[in-house]
Amino acid sequence: MVRFEKVKLTYDNSGAKALDGVDLKVDDGEFVFLVGPSGSGKTSLMKLITGEVRADAGRVIVNGFDMMKIRRHKLPKMRRTLGVVFQDYRLIENMNVYDNVAFAMRVVGASAKDIRRRVPYVLELVGLEGREKRLPHELSGGEQQRVAIARALVNSPRMLVADEPTGNLDPVRSLELMLLFEKINEMGTTVLVVTHEKELVNAFAKRVIKIEEGHVTSDGNDGYFSYE
Amino acid sequence: MIREGFRSIKTHGLMSFATVTIIMACLIIMGSVALLSLNINYLIKDLEKQNEVVAFVDDEIESEEEAKAIGSQILAVGNISSADFVSRGEAMKNYMSKYDKSLMEGIDETVFRHRFIIHLNDIEKLAQTKEALEGVPGIARVRAHQEYADTFVKIRNIVSGVALVLMAILVFVSMFIMSNTIKLATFSRREEIAIMKMVGASNGFIRLPFVVEGLVLGLLGGGLGFLAQWGLYDLVTKSLMESITGDILEVVPFLSIAPMILAVFLGIGVVIGVFGGVNAIKNYLKV
Repeated sequence: MVRFEKVKLTYDNSGAKALDGVDLKVDDGEFVFLVGPSGSGKTSLMKLITGEVRADAGRVIVNGFDMMKIRRHKLPKMRRTLGVVFQDYRLIENMNVYDNVAFAMRVVGASAKDIRRRVPYVLELVGLEGREKRLPHELSGGEQQRVAIARALVNSPRMLVADEPTGNLDPVRSLELMLLFEKINEMGTTVLVVTHEKELVNAFAKRVIKIEEGHVTSDGNDGYFSYE
Repeated sequence: MIREGFRSIKTHGLMSFATVTIIMACLIIMGSVALLSLNINYLIKDLEKQNEVVAFVDDEIESEEEAKAIGSQILAVGNISSADFVSRGEAMKNYMSKYDKSLMEGIDETVFRHRFIIHLNDIEKLAQTKEALEGVPGIARVRAHQEYADTFVKIRNIVSGVALVLMAILVFVSMFIMSNTIKLATFSRREEIAIMKMVGASNGFIRLPFVVEGLVLGLLGGGLGFLAQWGLYDLVTKSLMESITGDILEVVPFLSIAPMILAVFLGIGVVIGVFGGVNAIKNYLKV
């Protein structure tokens, strides 16, 4: 669950407003697209959710954590409730597929037994069975993004946030990825996808939150959005 | 987690090599300065020993046995490393062997006094010891070269001081170089650290491999530096001994100070390695 109340954020260096009084709420189990042109504040919103930046004013609640008051040493605990996927995959280049995913479990102190059981399951879920020993550069962009999704899912997060996950993929791979997100959502994980790809969003009848110039300008379930 | 540290040493081979080499180089430079000052001190101490104090026995004590007996009282003064009795006969012979015999014609040994040739433990206390010696019954006069002693002490203090300042500067410089090397090494791992943070790794978890890595590299650099220092020292002292004939030069044998040097090298290596590593990733942990 994510809740923003009158959230304001200015950029560090320029003092320009990134977010200017944003209110929104995403309930557990929802599938939400967050859309808007570049520079609209989408990425800032993501960073507030992952705890990379702190808002100047307002209230940000993520999975029960008050992000305005959270102590630095509590951030790891909060982040374990999130699975994060980026446009550029962010895989560790010298680790194979299996280790890239297992690594995320080791980081949170999972036992070797749990890792051996959980990683193959997640790799199968994202359709990467048989690819365990490959290094990231031996995979296609779509496959690399699946590794990143497997890594995000492996610790069973309450919510998956994806920042332009299809940015580097062709339309067919993008659609496949969205179907995967839909599947993950159906299994009970909240999914928040940040994107600016209109066709993709319109292909799914999901809730769409539109953000422009630091404000939420529309929020609805019709699945359609356009830029004026 | 400790395995992570070892794994990362292996995967970042070149940087690990650079780190160890720099720790080694810094330690050898520091060690060489320390050894040089140690040897100068040793040499001066040796020279100091040759600075004799002569205590002349009172003229009224004629018999050799009686004069010799004063020896025990001299030793009781303290700060005496040796007190050798020289009879007036021996003193005359020594004198005659040094100077023109014709000067001594018609002079008999009674113009000489019985005496003690005394060497001190600590030359800095020369003045007090001289005073104490003068108080010993049966001693008429004490001759000591206060100005020589003062010079030796002064030189020793200057050498120690210069070495200390030099070493402090070197420690500072090597810390700086180390920190930058490790920063360079960790720069390539920014991404890895960022990913770890994203999946919810605690700072302690992220830091631990760096601590292990710093520890291992520090120990390695310290150990190898020690061996290199040993070889270098032997080489330099050997060629120095060969080029200078005679026994005038004596150096501190490396083995007598090896445990101390090893301990200091490993200690400094670990401190530089661990603090350098932890310090270098500090900025990446703030996200």
